[in-house]
Amino acid sequence: MDKYLDRLGIYAARLVSQKEYFVPGHRACQGCAEALAVRLMSKASRTNTVIACATGCIEIFSSPFPLTSWMVPGIHVAFENTAAVASGIESGLKAIMRKGRIPLKKINVVGIAGDGGTSDIGLQALSGALERGHNMVYVCFDNEAYMNTGIQRSSSTPFGASTTTSPAGKVVPGQTTWKKNMPEIAAAHDIPYVATACPSYPFDLMEKVRKAAEIEGPAYIHILSVCPTGWRLPPELSIHAGRLAVETGVFPLYEVERGRYKLSIDLPELRPVQEYFRIQGRFRHLTEEMVNKIQRRVREEYEKLKKKVMMTREG
Amino acid sequence: MATRVGMEVSIAAAEAVKQANADVIAAYPITPQTHIVEHLSELVNNGELDAEFVPVESEHSAMSVCVGSSAAGARAFTCTSSQGLALMSEIVYAAASLRLPILMILANRSLNSPLSIWNDHSDVMSIRDCGWIQVFAENGQEVYDHVFIGFRVAEDRNVLNPFMINIDGFILTHVIEPVELLEQEVVDRYLPPYQPLYRLHPDSPVSIGCFGPPVLFTEAKKAQNEAFCKTMPYIIKAWQEFGDLTGRYYHPIETYRTEEAQTILITQGSLGETASIAIDMMREKGEPVGLVKIRLWRPFPFEEFRKAVRGAELVVVMDRAVSYGGPGGPLAGEIRSALYPQEDHPRVVNFIIGLGGRDVSPEDFVQMAQRAKATPGQWYEIYGVRE
Ligand SMILES: Cc1ncc(C[n+]2csc(CCOP(=O)(O)OP(=O)(O)O)c2C)c(N)n1
Ligand code: SF4
Ligand SMILES: [Mg+2]
Repeated sequence: MDKYLDRLGIYAARLVSQKEYFVPGHRACQGCAEALAVRLMSKASRTNTVIACATGCIEIFSSPFPLTSWMVPGIHVAFENTAAVASGIESGLKAIMRKGRIPLKKINVVGIAGDGGTSDIGLQALSGALERGHNMVYVCFDNEAYMNTGIQRSSSTPFGASTTTSPAGKVVPGQTTWKKNMPEIAAAHDIPYVATACPSYPFDLMEKVRKAAEIEGPAYIHILSVCPTGWRLPPELSIHAGRLAVETGVFPLYEVERGRYKLSIDLPELRPVQEYFRIQGRFRHLTEEMVNKIQRRVREEYEKLKKKVMMTREG
Repeated sequence: MATRVGMEVSIAAAEAVKQANADVIAAYPITPQTHIVEHLSELVNNGELDAEFVPVESEHSAMSVCVGSSAAGARAFTCTSSQGLALMSEIVYAAASLRLPILMILANRSLNSPLSIWNDHSDVMSIRDCGWIQVFAENGQEVYDHVFIGFRVAEDRNVLNPFMINIDGFILTHVIEPVELLEQEVVDRYLPPYQPLYRLHPDSPVSIGCFGPPVLFTEAKKAQNEAFCKTMPYIIKAWQEFGDLTGRYYHPIETYRTEEAQTILITQGSLGETASIAIDMMREKGEPVGLVKIRLWRPFPFEEFRKAVRGAELVVVMDRAVSYGGPGGPLAGEIRSALYPQEDHPRVVNFIIGLGGRDVSPEDFVQMAQRAKATPGQWYEIYGVRE
């Protein structure tokens, strides 16, 4: 793994701007990888950006009136309508530029929401926005539960995870459903760009945001955002946990560009999922049988993904 | 010269949105507002209106698109009815608190259940306290005119507040009425392009819609209420200037034959035209009866209203919605609290009528006036129930 990161480090780190658009002073928990992901996303989308932000941890830790961590303009309206608000911003800017009321300028409209705000309550608005083809980027910060309201399960919570509404009980051992595959749902809209990312791979994440912003039409990025508070994990292990999610194949990094699948990191061998689970309290109760069941599924899913890569390869 | 044409009221409304040069239209179908957005899509697709027509996947998103585009500095329009309003209501409230000058036409229709596509006011009454300026139009001309007036008021720097035009579903939306269309040059003079105070643009970054901690929330709400109450003179000014340009003057409250009236009927929306026929019938028989029509519902014109009913002994309020287990209809509750501070206030009787498209005839108004007079102590009644 490290050899890939080293290679990226040679050129990528020097090209990254020193400028911050999401600045310190916000109230995220220690080790919050969602906050880091937002910062990296902002670095990549840069100054010509307008943000539409959903209710959730990000909104709450970044903008308690009269303070804000945002150096770029943004609006928060509600929980489930971010994609629609972003559609509105995009349409509004397009109309008034076309009608000559403000100068023509490339502005990135970026909608951001959590996994609950995306894969559950906001799915309809997102689907509508993607289908209508607005020129916008939508970023889902997936910490795999409703964290802002106190770690309740969402459709993005992985199988087996213990949350406050899928507790590891004596009879039911945590989440009983498999994680909803949001990037695939986005890709099914036949939009020009879909990608997964994780702030443990900062240059990859920024590169994908930059690409998404440049592409004409809707783009969707799904960012696994480790949440030490909700995952019951020491804050200093956030980055490590993100890497393990990728290296075990639990959360593969890939892109779907105009229908073509591409693995961002092609792992010759997956690490055992147990390495990822072991450091997180939310999986502490998993039996060997459950771990094996998950392991099988992760391998299957990874193979499926690789097949898609093969099938859509150019030439 | 202004031209007078016969036109379906929905089409007239859409034509006004075109003349107002709206930038973004968010559209979702629901009867009885659908003809408005259908016609707007035609105007856009035929190149007659340069706007982004956003065919959203729900009314919740319709209002969200309006919020986003208005915050970006665009002139935004949508319309809905009934279930659509109920679905979008979360964002209707947000739009007002964010002080965005969106214009919405609400083609009034009853709320489920049972399902009914026909007219009453249960939809608008469900969001009475949402912080939008709300007017009721009585006829097609008022609908057409208020598109310009609505944008003008909403975008006034002293106002900056969304504006809602209530029009009775079917009774107004689907009828052909004579409408005097304005010359574009008159519209342009009355309604300059929208110049937002703040806008979402990288050249001047702002964070809009931050969360309000308890130490500030009450203050924010007080400020909002104060700003909202202060919109009244600007609404009146916009009506006055519209009148000066077109000869059609509007007021928060309209009165009809209220001089020396001992009994006054109170209506909102299209009921006013039917009620005025009833007033003529009763006046002909020498009965001292008059009519007061509430055009401006929010902010409520307390002063004008009290003045309009001064001297009356009996006020008969017509509601088109029920406040279950409450004081009858929502309008009656409002009227009673408006009159209560007066030492010598008239008796208030409330009839709930015209629910879910039930017809109300001039004869019905005559009957209600008589029954109210004859039944001291009457509080409210759902009128015209088929036993
Ligand atoms: C319509 C509506 N329902 C519920 C809520 C309560 N709520 C606010 S934030 C939130 C959780 C957000 O979860 P997610 O989208 O995953 O973001 P996170 O906080 O985990 O980053 C919930 C349930 C709300 N604000 N609005
Ligand atoms: S609860 Fe999780 S996602 Fe929310 S601020 Fe804390 S660490 Fe970040
Ligand atoms: Mg979440």
